Amino acid sequence: MSTDDVAIIGIGLHPFGRTDGVSGRAQGAAAVRAALADAGLRWDQVGIAYGGSQDAGNADALCNDLGLTGVPFVNVANGCATGGSALASVIAAIRSGVAEIGVAVGFDKHPRGAFNPRPRDWGLEDWYGLTGLMLTTQFFALKIRRYLHEHGIGEDALVRVAQRAYANGALNPLAWRRSAMAYETIAQSTPLNPPLRQFMFCSPAEGGAAIVLCRASLARRFQAKPVLVRAAVVRTRRHGSFEVFSPSLAAQAAPAPTVEASRAAFEAAAVGPGDIHVLQLQDTDSGSEIIHMAENGFCEHGEQDRLLRDGSTLIGGRLPINTDGGCIANGEPVGASGLRQVVEVCTQLRGQAGARQVPGRPRLGYTHVYGAPGVSAVTILEGVGA
Amino acid sequence: MNEPNIVCPHVVLHDGERPKLMGSRCADCRELYFPPAANCTRCLSRTLQPAEIGDRGTLWSWTVQAFLPKAPYDGGETPETFTPYGVGYVEMPSGIKVEARLSVADEASLRIGMPMRLALATYGVGGRRTFVFEPEPEA
Repeated sequence: MSTDDVAIIGIGLHPFGRTDGVSGRAQGAAAVRAALADAGLRWDQVGIAYGGSQDAGNADALCNDLGLTGVPFVNVANGCATGGSALASVIAAIRSGVAEIGVAVGFDKHPRGAFNPRPRDWGLEDWYGLTGLMLTTQFFALKIRRYLHEHGIGEDALVRVAQRAYANGALNPLAWRRSAMAYETIAQSTPLNPPLRQFMFCSPAEGGAAIVLCRASLARRFQAKPVLVRAAVVRTRRHGSFEVFSPSLAAQAAPAPTVEASRAAFEAAAVGPGDIHVLQLQDTDSGSEIIHMAENGFCEHGEQDRLLRDGSTLIGGRLPINTDGGCIANGEPVGASGLRQVVEVCTQLRGQAGARQVPGRPRLGYTHVYGAPGVSAVTILEGVGA
Repeated sequence: MNEPNIVCPHVVLHDGERPKLMGSRCADCRELYFPPAANCTRCLSRTLQPAEIGDRGTLWSWTVQAFLPKAPYDGGETPETFTPYGVGYVEMPSGIKVEARLSVADEASLRIGMPMRLALATYGVGGRRTFVFEPEPEA
């Protein structure tokens, strides 16, 4: 470990799903307490914090629950990529010497049903929302319809992604959806935005997730099984990439921000996609995961069909994706979702994933989150515990 | 000519028999924008001029909005009166793809690559109108 390495020494989750009577902030506080307990630390030992919540209030109001210690606490609002952005910011702060110990936290509590964004918040004209074009679910459907067409992938691939998500969720005691679902049930569920159907989407939900980090040289004081951060990269869209809430797309397409974030992360970690043993890819819907498999470099465009068919992406496969059930089985509390991914990969690298543990002692893990209006965050993590 | 009840009058041009979409073009790098933009996100220029986007293209991708959207949608339907509508990106001759409601929502009659043309149509139940793309009638 070099002197500016950063390690994850504590992970904490408040179960995702619906917890009536418990505020989003309380769920965030529960996640922070769990992560601090995992590292044997107190809140007043934390030197910097970044956190985010879309619908459950200011993240730094958590200080009222945890203690008013004077800690610099920065609110993050990067859509679905909020957690990934908060984590990358804490890592940068620790690397720069601002603090020795930091916390990244996310929580949320969304109303039921699809999100209802306001055009002006996104720099768009009112008519785009008034006429019924401003729905994230439409974007996912339009993007995957074109992608399946260009790369010759059948719609059954969409079913297989969801089927695996529910199967993995059934093995995860903290998941929201904990029942496996039959292929036919998914394939025949209500079309919401075809080719995407009801059980191929994640739902807005509730939950909290928190990560405690420190300078890697200190890690073993707090954690017997630290996880080293080999890379943490955030990128936003370039002109021409196909993003949510786009009234038009440029004539010349540009690669998604995920492609740049992924390449930069692999370069920083000096490893390649073939070295990764367990991974999390943003699966807001089945189609997104299929696109993200290739955008993150884990397969060629069009190869997903075969990998999903031959079991490569299952827990026992060569490329275990979303071992905790991903967004589809856990729902998506926007602020917390990206950090849930990191919690799951750390759990796997620590060999503590129980019934869903990836066999063969996985050492290198990968997380990828993507959010509106075109933000991607990637981490590469290495288990260095005994 | 003024068309009544159009929610986006500044993006629709009527100077001939059929309506056309209006956008803007970067004076420096020639990139096209729809709706009109104030700055070029490609070359960072701030000099843009009005430009016609056209009225015909081919269907680049499509879906059907099968459930009633929440606000800010203002079609005014209830879940009981809601009728699904098509949504697609139409690739114009210049290569720009414009997102729009489609005049049809029947999956069997939509396919990538089919010729489409611009029209104006009411949406929802309030009599408000917007631009849509409809399948080009067979010659």
